[in-house]
Amino acid sequence: MSDFETILVAEPKDIVTVRHAVRRQAVKIKLSLVDQTKIVTAASELARNMFVYAGGGEVTLELLEKDVRHGLRAHFVDKGPGIPDIDLALRDGFTTGSGMGLGLGGAKRLVNEFSIESASGKGTHVMITRWR
Amino acid sequence: MDRIPAPMDRIPILRMGDLLLVTIQVDMHDRLASALQDDLTGKIAEVSAKGVLIDISSLDIVDSFIGRMLANTSAMARVLGAEAVVVGMQPAVAITLVELGVNLSGVHTALDVEKGVEMLRNRIGFPERDDTDVRF
Repeated sequence: MSDFETILVAEPKDIVTVRHAVRRQAVKIKLSLVDQTKIVTAASELARNMFVYAGGGEVTLELLEKDVRHGLRAHFVDKGPGIPDIDLALRDGFTTGSGMGLGLGGAKRLVNEFSIESASGKGTHVMITRWR
Repeated sequence: MDRIPAPMDRIPILRMGDLLLVTIQVDMHDRLASALQDDLTGKIAEVSAKGVLIDISSLDIVDSFIGRMLANTSAMARVLGAEAVVVGMQPAVAITLVELGVNLSGVHTALDVEKGVEMLRNRIGFPERDDTDVRF
């Protein structure tokens, strides 16, 4: 398998496919069980966000190597309405949907690197990385 | 891209006297989790169950959606006069749930099914029966 893997998210069961793909890559770079669980859970939250708020999107997984460290990076790209106030969206308990409002802020706490770019009407790109 | 096999569309609920037992053995997609919540709530009312055990030892992640399903099911069970216990949560899952920020403070938990039954028996007592020697 190449170092890139892309998964389309268009319906709820695709979120499960994302979880399995992230798990497989996390095992490949030998993340600890807790770290595997953290990045798989973060990916599940972000994939669901994409489905709920943008109607779907694309997840791309990438394996990184920096010096002797290995990492797993996941990109969540959608063409949805965008997030008007990112600081507010990252706050626990804030939701415009029916969830608990933990998706973004919670996912951020579960990874080593987190970035988010969003343009109103154009979409959102969230990137998470977990290093071994 | 690997595709996961099509998951079954319902999770079976077993009845043992006045207890219900659910063992979640597949990675649940959201609709399956919602269906389980509905089925379990319906079953509690249907059989007047006093206790519910939800075994999640096969789950290698619990995200906010599944966490919310567990919390909701526990709350609904309580309203229907039953006690719910979530058993078998893997340590890595517990660590992740806490960092994610999911609040399971209203959910009873136990290490395994045996301890879960023990907990339920302490809370709801034993069913009335003639052969009093039978114990779980």
